[in-house]
Amino acid sequence: MNTQILIAILLLSPVVGFLLNGFRFRSTNYVSAGAIATGAVFISFICSVLLFVELVGLPAESRTIAVNYFQWIGVGKFTINAGFVVDQISSIMILIITGVGSLIHLFSIGYMHHDKGVTKYFAYLNLFIFNMLILVLGDSLLTMFVGWEGVGLCSYLLIGFWFSDSAKAAAGMKAFITNRVGDAAFIIGMFILFTTFGTLNIHDLNALAPTVADASWMGAVTLGTLMLFIGATGKSAQIPLYVWLPDAMAGPTPVSALIHAATMVTAGVYMIVRLNPIFIMAPNTMMVIASIGAATAVMAATIGLTQFDIKKVLAYSTVSQLGYMFLAVGVGAFGAGMFHLMTHAFFKALMFLGSGSVIHGMHEEQDIRKMGGLKKYMPITHFTFLIGWLAIIGMPPFAGFFSKDEILWQAYSSPRGHVLLWVAGALGAALTAFYMTRLMALTFWGESRVDKHVHPHESGSLMTIPLIVLAILSVIGGWVGIPHVIGETLGHIPNVWEHWLEPLIAKLPEAAHEGHSVAEEWALMGVSVSLASISALTAAVMYLKKGSDSPQKIATSLGPVYRAVYNKYYVDEFYFGTIINPLVKVSRQIWYYVDVNIIDKATYKISDLVKGAGSFVRTLQTGNMQQYALYIVIGVVITLSLVMMR
Amino acid sequence: MLLTLLVFLPLLFAVSAAIWPQKETVRYLALAGSLIEFIVSLCVLVQFDKTMPTMQFVEKYTWIERFGISYFLGVDGISLMLVMLTTFLTPIIILASWKTIDEKVKGFHAALFILQTAMLGSFLALDAILFYTFWELSLVPMYFIVGIWGGARRIYATVKFFIYTMAGSVLMLLAIIFMMRLTPEVTGGQMSASLLDFYRLKIPFVAGNFFTPQTLLFFAFALAFAIKVPMFPLHTWLPDAHVEAPTPGSVILAGVMLKMGTYCFIRWVIPMFPEAAEHYGWIFIAAGVIGIIYGALVAMVQPDVKKLIAYSSVSHMGYIIIGIFVMNVYGVNGALYQMLNHGISTGALFILIGMIYERTHSREISKYGGLASAMPIFTIAFVIVTMSSIAVPMTNGFIGEFLILLGSYEYSPWVAVLSVTGVVLGASYMLWMVKRVFFGPKGEIVLASEHDDHHALHDLNSREVAVLIPLLLMIFWMGLFPNHFMDYSKASVDYLIKNKTDYMVPGVPVAHQATQEVSK
Repeated sequence: MNTQILIAILLLSPVVGFLLNGFRFRSTNYVSAGAIATGAVFISFICSVLLFVELVGLPAESRTIAVNYFQWIGVGKFTINAGFVVDQISSIMILIITGVGSLIHLFSIGYMHHDKGVTKYFAYLNLFIFNMLILVLGDSLLTMFVGWEGVGLCSYLLIGFWFSDSAKAAAGMKAFITNRVGDAAFIIGMFILFTTFGTLNIHDLNALAPTVADASWMGAVTLGTLMLFIGATGKSAQIPLYVWLPDAMAGPTPVSALIHAATMVTAGVYMIVRLNPIFIMAPNTMMVIASIGAATAVMAATIGLTQFDIKKVLAYSTVSQLGYMFLAVGVGAFGAGMFHLMTHAFFKALMFLGSGSVIHGMHEEQDIRKMGGLKKYMPITHFTFLIGWLAIIGMPPFAGFFSKDEILWQAYSSPRGHVLLWVAGALGAALTAFYMTRLMALTFWGESRVDKHVHPHESGSLMTIPLIVLAILSVIGGWVGIPHVIGETLGHIPNVWEHWLEPLIAKLPEAAHEGHSVAEEWALMGVSVSLASISALTAAVMYLKKGSDSPQKIATSLGPVYRAVYNKYYVDEFYFGTIINPLVKVSRQIWYYVDVNIIDKATYKISDLVKGAGSFVRTLQTGNMQQYALYIVIGVVITLSLVMMR
Repeated sequence: MLLTLLVFLPLLFAVSAAIWPQKETVRYLALAGSLIEFIVSLCVLVQFDKTMPTMQFVEKYTWIERFGISYFLGVDGISLMLVMLTTFLTPIIILASWKTIDEKVKGFHAALFILQTAMLGSFLALDAILFYTFWELSLVPMYFIVGIWGGARRIYATVKFFIYTMAGSVLMLLAIIFMMRLTPEVTGGQMSASLLDFYRLKIPFVAGNFFTPQTLLFFAFALAFAIKVPMFPLHTWLPDAHVEAPTPGSVILAGVMLKMGTYCFIRWVIPMFPEAAEHYGWIFIAAGVIGIIYGALVAMVQPDVKKLIAYSSVSHMGYIIIGIFVMNVYGVNGALYQMLNHGISTGALFILIGMIYERTHSREISKYGGLASAMPIFTIAFVIVTMSSIAVPMTNGFIGEFLILLGSYEYSPWVAVLSVTGVVLGASYMLWMVKRVFFGPKGEIVLASEHDDHHALHDLNSREVAVLIPLLLMIFWMGLFPNHFMDYSKASVDYLIKNKTDYMVPGVPVAHQATQEVSK
């Protein structure tokens, strides 16, 4: 089929689903709503597969399908087309979005069937898929930005989906406004790049990037990429703008899986990979990205250690894993970043859906202190969650092992890497293994702490089938990117992933990988895997040993440190105290004092002056003859004196 | 003749409405009349030549020969957009006021049509005295619309509005007379009030000396227009006027009348005084930046929804002022587009607020809450318009705001960096308001309505949906296909940017390359 039509169907199918459901949003028929929405995304998935097949058939150097439907904006030299590009990077993304998206839609039918707003829910979900596809396929930074803000809007609508709860509505608002801070920087970044290169077309920008010589801090490329990265910290929940993501868990759980784990939050990583030839020209920006990524990975993991809400643990885990992806792209390992993006989409979507299944089976209970021993009630959920757990803590041969190991190795060995970055990454990996094992132990293993009135049950097949598919992907998903050292040992297994992305990934100008031996790579791999294993074992012992109170003991002995971590380092409170509250207070003052009392009063003063002048003149016209005679005398005297003084 | 028909047809409807025998059916007459007027404007649109940057449909007749005053109308791509905005909004306003206005219905519609004539005349007049006549004429019906059909403090608000604007126009009249006395220099002895002759007057500009003719004239005109916009710090009449005005009054005020100010900056100030505009432009840009931030901050803490939207207008008009005074192709095109966007989205917001006020007689944000569950369709419409107002891509607001910011970045990155805070603040005050009014647990008003059959909160009826649908369609149409609209104005804007100092002077070849560039 004509690719132009294929891409149009890919994009518009979710729009049709959105409109069909949106115009009958009051319907509570979850079967038809779910069927329309899931069908719409599945059609897009088929289109993605067909496009992928088409792409594979093309020669490696020209694997790009570009379409241009119409000119969107054209003012002076600034022209932006409604143009879309399917290439090695975006084809992977659309497969993830529509593939994982279809599974999550399917899961949602089971999860949301009792909800009165189910039709509206599916309409929003389709709208999200559409915007996400625009984001990844857009051929210019501005078309990408359209999707970028569009997914933010859908995120806002879905986080605040149960709007009658004030806290949930507030969480949606917080997500939108925090993202807007990033978006404002993104806009400035676009301006910097446009005035430097004269275009916002991604392909042209990437082609022009190597011509830039100025890599200093104040250089246009450094500033521009830094601004774009600030945009990414908003969308992808990195320090300092990550604060919205944990609150975003207020939305329905499949939304957390789709938007706040698998797809939208990875947009920042994707954007950087998309523009990797430009980012490479700005070593300072890359250093900032790697450092922020590493810091976020560790910081979020420490918070994850202390949370008791199953979704909050997963949310901080997502922030932490996104930190790994930024660490990867920051050291120039763009392929590894994309790789982790994909494997993370599988295992984190799996775990979020698993948590949804748990919450569903526990009748809306999210506190893991009130769970335990769910293994026997929910065998399928437990088994699939177990696979997700093995994947995220980096056990070979599960998917997470390959991608995380690749990132850690690159953080150490890349010319833009640093041993400290590796240390942070390895520490994060150990922490991840700990909090994930803690989550497993408290939720599924050990003795049941379930309330007597709650009867946990396994979810229906609409919910378990997506879990099983994602579990399979979490096992095999990493095998496309087997590192050379392992591939060589097992006998010539190629690194398909690296090979596939190669044409679009720019080489670091510095000489790569010299002075690092194969032995080193094996050693580091061994260290990180054993760290994770020890850490997981410790957690299992701490939380499973009968009558063990070591978690509480540690918490008490750490005192204020524990409280700070448990309260998320008081970052929300800090933002409220230093930015939001003062701003509102100052605005009130401005309104009362400047607007009402200065500006408005000043205009009264002017009108009083005019009025006063008028009434003064009026007093002169009294109609009194003697007074008029006096004026005449005064006038004569003045005139005479003037004449005489000359 | 088409432009004369366009300008004076509403006057005919005004007279018919005033003498119409029946109070009940006058609304239908008015609606039909406003639709006919819209069709007439569409005729202009269809026949308009997009590639021609200068005036079209020109009509010129001598009016007062001794002073060279003429009846002189013409339309170019810039004024065409605002004419279309006016004729598009009027039927919507009439339909929106179907239930709000139930006293002196005839008088109201007569005033509305007189106002339409005055506004269209101001956009199309090419003679200074004719323009001034229309400009001042627009005050009178607005004075009555607020003063008769307004809220409790309507007299205070309407007098404030009238005096503020009058104060500005008096200076402008002086400036016009001064310029008319200079025109014999270029016309060969004959005095003229033609705008085209004003363009040809090259009044010498002396940088640094304030008391020179071009500078003084520039500020005399600019003050009149800045009050109308209103530009910070001349904005304090606006919140009062908006709060007291009836819904249709607010819609016209925000939708069209504010644009008379910004339009006249483009039509009059920049081409007449290009050097002064360039030299002192920073003052207006600074005021625009302050207006964006200040308006947004003050909007954030308003307890009254209507006042919040009024202050948001101060913020949005700040963007437009910046776009105009950066004087590059992005800024001015963006500003013109943003004028349409603001007319549509803010007009829609005032209509929506009017709809809820009719039901609850309250605009206090703190009394609401949970409205979304009581009025879902209303909520959907409100959220869509909110997205347009905070410039989410694929809505009209984004195109205008983005182009203005791009233009301001070309002027100075710092202006863009400061203005872009409006992107964040705008989302903050709008979404916070939406949250408090529509979301959360049911508030006082929603709870009261559940137990009271007289004040039950019905969702939108079909008339109200009909009012909103054209506005909502425009929001997406203009956001997805901006070229369908901008193509009419690009040539004119481009011509203005490239020929500021010899704008529309006969004999100077029209810079066409720009339009060709675009069509490529």
